[in-house]
Amino acid sequence: MENIVQNIQGVPLNHYIIFCSIIFAIGVIGVLIRRNVIIIMMSIELMLNAVNLLLAAFSAYRGDASGQVFVFFVMALAAAEVAVGLAIIIMVYRNTKSVDIETLSKLRW
Amino acid sequence: MGAIITLSVLGILVLYLGLYKAKNALLPVTLLGLLVAFGFTVADWNKDATPLFNGMVYFDKFALAFSMLCIFITALILLLSKEYFRNISEHVAEYYCLLVFSLTGALIVTAYHNFAMLFIGIEIMSVALYILVGIRKYDKASNEAALKYFLMGAFSTGFLLFGIALLYGASGTFDLEGLRNYVLTAGEISPLFYAGVLLMLCGLCFKIGAAPFHFWTPDVYDGAPILITAFMSTVVKVASFVGFLRLFSMVFVPVSDLWTPVLLTVVIITLFIGNITALMQSSFKRMMAYSSISHAGYMLFALVSISVTSAASMFTYAFAYSLASVIAFAILILVKRETGSDQFESFNGLGKRKPGLALAMTVAMLSLAGIPLTAGFIGKFMMFNQVMGGYNIVLLLLAVVNAAIGVYYYLHVVVNMYFKDADGEMQIQIPTSYKVVLTLAVALTILIGVYPDCVIGLL
Repeated sequence: MENIVQNIQGVPLNHYIIFCSIIFAIGVIGVLIRRNVIIIMMSIELMLNAVNLLLAAFSAYRGDASGQVFVFFVMALAAAEVAVGLAIIIMVYRNTKSVDIETLSKLRW
Repeated sequence: MGAIITLSVLGILVLYLGLYKAKNALLPVTLLGLLVAFGFTVADWNKDATPLFNGMVYFDKFALAFSMLCIFITALILLLSKEYFRNISEHVAEYYCLLVFSLTGALIVTAYHNFAMLFIGIEIMSVALYILVGIRKYDKASNEAALKYFLMGAFSTGFLLFGIALLYGASGTFDLEGLRNYVLTAGEISPLFYAGVLLMLCGLCFKIGAAPFHFWTPDVYDGAPILITAFMSTVVKVASFVGFLRLFSMVFVPVSDLWTPVLLTVVIITLFIGNITALMQSSFKRMMAYSSISHAGYMLFALVSISVTSAASMFTYAFAYSLASVIAFAILILVKRETGSDQFESFNGLGKRKPGLALAMTVAMLSLAGIPLTAGFIGKFMMFNQVMGGYNIVLLLLAVVNAAIGVYYYLHVVVNMYFKDADGEMQIQIPTSYKVVLTLAVALTILIGVYPDCVIGLL
């Protein structure tokens, strides 16, 4: 454990923040511009994992375990959310035979 | 705390009842469980509140009052469900179970004292709702609503979490008390903190459906089954607002120079988009969706100028709005069952055929529009008063203009009910449970309108 903390602290904190912000931004852009529902879900996962990494980095730098515990919460709840999300996507696929978000435009303004 | 435990156990119990095919016991057991949970919140009312479980939850009067409101409104909605769920699918127990779980999440959000609980509460509330929205498996509108709700919900959770991570990086704690101490004592507040505040603001605005993050609301509210729409636009919305208000009034007040301009912009855009698009709708259900956006704008007034009366204003407004929404959706269910459509035209002639229903609908619409002698007026009055206290004259003027626009589209349905004749015969059967709910909600709406102290005095 000590070793891991030292390894994490080997990289300056600012680099973690910039790196995580970039991953998060890629996730956000992916959600906004991609049309395939599966890829949108993967982009959302990317956003959540950027958060996890950032929390772990802050936690190691502060020597405070609560940030890492939070990562477990995020992982567990993200898994629960993905399970429901995939079920919804399968349900949609059965009815429309497509996972393209453009086919879902029955409800408009 | 007793309420959360009761509701968690109740959800599992209801699932077992469904497993053993005890269909007739579902509704009474669920209502009994809600009553017990309500009893626990009442019993906690006069106790000295301290943060429990290492500062995870905090049941102060603020949390308890909103918990009671959420439980009460859920009970009203469940009373409406008697025949409704059976018409949609054969798995009735899942409805009750998921509604109860969602309510548990809402209660956690009202009482959180640590970001971990905020996150868990929001997730429990939303994940149960993703399923409920899409529960009509073969209906494409329902599918689409579920998918949109899921994607937008998960997306906004990402923003919320990134905000939490940045706040943690700046302050080193997830605890609201610790964060407040950090804001008050740190000489120079880290830029990470400011970024975190704005990201959390975005995430929470998504959850409450405030413009420019509102685009999912109309589609989801339109596609979901009516009763689930009623639950979403009352209990879930109120709980998200409570989370919002607790965070901002407890922690972020000292840095209000940063977020007040952002929030003001959000409020003004929300009011105009909600009201102007509501004007153009021909479907009553969709009009209610847009009106819920504009009500989100009014409820944000409590956050724009936070003071000691913010909680009371929010409670009164939320109570009035929830009661009126329950009435409106209940009548919409009855009308839609008869005519098969949720357009304004299906309300034609209701005033002659069913004067009682038309009267209840009129009271609900007047309350939503904020006409005196109804609860909605008191709510709007307190919110406007709140803004007056902060000397936001421009916002106040814009709000008054919007309230006037609101009157127009709320009265649209009243005009249809009383001054237009229906084409065919209309034989609406009103079940007893609907009569009970409608009478209770109308009576409370008028009671609060005439004698507002009974609610304002609570907080």
